[in-house]
Amino acid sequence: MATSRLFTNLDQIFILLRNWLVDFLPAALRPAAGIVLGVITIVCLFPGLFALTTVFERKGLGRIQNRLGPNRVGPFGFFQPVADGIKSLTKEDIVPFSANAVVHFLAPLSLVVAVFMEFAVLPMGRNMVLVDLNAGLLFFFSMSASTELSVFMAGWSSRNKYSLLGAMRAVAQMISYEVVLLLSSVSVVMIAGSLSLPKIVDAQNSYTGIFPHWYIFTPWGLAGFVMYAIAATAETNRSPFDLPEGESELVAGYHTEYSGFKFALFFLGEYLAMFAISGLGTTLFLGGWSAPFSFLTFIPSWIWFFSKVMLSIFVFIWMRGTLPRLRQDQLMNFAWKFVLPFTLLNLFVTALWRFMGDGWMRWVVCTVILAAAYVLMGRLSMRNEHFGPRRYRYAE
Amino acid sequence: MLGEGILKGMAETAKNFFGSYVSKERMTTVEYPEERIPTIEAARVFPFLVYDGADWEAGLRCVACQICEKECPPKCIYIDKSKDKKPDYVGKQQFYPTRFDIDVSVCMSCQICVEVCPFEAIKMDNEFELATDDRFGGLLYDRKQLARSNEYYHSIHPTEASQVDARLGEEKAKVEAKAKAAAEAAAAKTAASAPPAPPTGGGS
Ligand code: SF4
Ligand code: SF4
Repeated sequence: MATSRLFTNLDQIFILLRNWLVDFLPAALRPAAGIVLGVITIVCLFPGLFALTTVFERKGLGRIQNRLGPNRVGPFGFFQPVADGIKSLTKEDIVPFSANAVVHFLAPLSLVVAVFMEFAVLPMGRNMVLVDLNAGLLFFFSMSASTELSVFMAGWSSRNKYSLLGAMRAVAQMISYEVVLLLSSVSVVMIAGSLSLPKIVDAQNSYTGIFPHWYIFTPWGLAGFVMYAIAATAETNRSPFDLPEGESELVAGYHTEYSGFKFALFFLGEYLAMFAISGLGTTLFLGGWSAPFSFLTFIPSWIWFFSKVMLSIFVFIWMRGTLPRLRQDQLMNFAWKFVLPFTLLNLFVTALWRFMGDGWMRWVVCTVILAAAYVLMGRLSMRNEHFGPRRYRYAE
Repeated sequence: MLGEGILKGMAETAKNFFGSYVSKERMTTVEYPEERIPTIEAARVFPFLVYDGADWEAGLRCVACQICEKECPPKCIYIDKSKDKKPDYVGKQQFYPTRFDIDVSVCMSCQICVEVCPFEAIKMDNEFELATDDRFGGLLYDRKQLARSNEYYHSIHPTEASQVDARLGEEKAKVEAKAKAAAEAAAAKTAASAPPAPPTGGGS
């Protein structure tokens, strides 16, 4: 029993730590202090993770391309983010002469603030959620949608054609994929019956034999997860959907005119959004903080949550190292002709799953519908009739 | 099927990722300051002036004809012509540069000066570590800094240097033969007009 006590304590270590710290204060201040502590933790933890991720990303991308990646600063190059940080802090902060200085200044700030807000509702471990909103999912999406505003603010206020083009692309892309992102999460809400993220995790935190009841292990969950992953990649402007900052055509997209620490803030915001959206994907489809096998439940829940998030980040990096950038029309076609209809169908399948009751029938029916739809829609709507050698109309 | 290509691509990059940790052949990186690979023979970075013999000042092949100065596209060569003359490799009296400066910061390594020089006097070096902390004086090379021996030229571009040497040797031989022929003709002429004449010295 002592060991199980230990494991529970380890699992709840951050909560216990917070309670212990808060107990030094008068009772009236305790709830507020608890929240402040939580906020401080989030605000320190995720930028730290971001720093780590940038090194891992660069090293991983290097390895994917048979290069070494950064290896100069500190052992194996792990102090590279420190050097990057010093560099971005000491660089001159340039605001273009004709830019709208106020909006130009506010854009990176509002981006980072909005992204940080997303973490407030993510359950990062058992009982480890800053605020358990009963409409947490909605809150998350409203925050992630407001990042689009910051992106457009940045692009518009810079008064630079590349910034503006980048921002327009970003907004078009984010709005298109936001729909998919929302709709693919709706199927989870339909099954879990709650918009509260801790409740959604609880719904998945049970086992048949040793196997967990994660939603990704159901036909609709898998389909939803794939669609969610595609939309999440597009939402966070990651390759292959990194058109808004396509270096080869737009310099750097909406943050072309940013330098120094404001640029670093954009960079931070982008990675934080990646963490947040991976965290939400983990929560919705991968069982949040629950262990992958019933005999592994003794490992603290927060370890599971962060391993899952880092795993998703790794997949993001892997995709970035593999796929070339899409063209704008391909991106839009893909969103509206394939991903969105498929997600809508998935909603229907989820409903079917819900009302067919237990038994093997629903597995067969749902799998068949989804697989057939995937193949058919892949064939029909993604048929690339007009691709091939370029034909000239007048210059033949 | 849709997505098949993506999976194949991901498998390929995963192979690269793990392969780069196990096989040395995959990694093409040369960690530069510590490791170096020899530069290839055709490498060219910045021009230098060739001199023959041991003394760089006397042996400079450049005759200050200023063709390179005029042809250099970014105009980074500065030449001052001498007032007096000195003999070149065939013994002909030629001008020489009292000043020959090239601005490293402006030179674009186009090799046009090398191509236009009629005297094989300027060639491309493969030295690439030209960084300096003095960005004005340090980047303007004078003729002393630019002078390199013919042996050095042989050591960096052996094939090209041998060709140049052959060409110069041929020219020298031609000039010498001509001089000899002229001397003989002169000797024959003097012999015909006044048989007991003293022999004339060679060279014209
Ligand atoms: S290499 Fe080109 S730029 Fe440089 S000195 Fe010669 S002609 Fe000028
Ligand atoms: S380097 Fe060649 S082209 Fe230039 S001045 Fe000297 S002899 Fe003439």
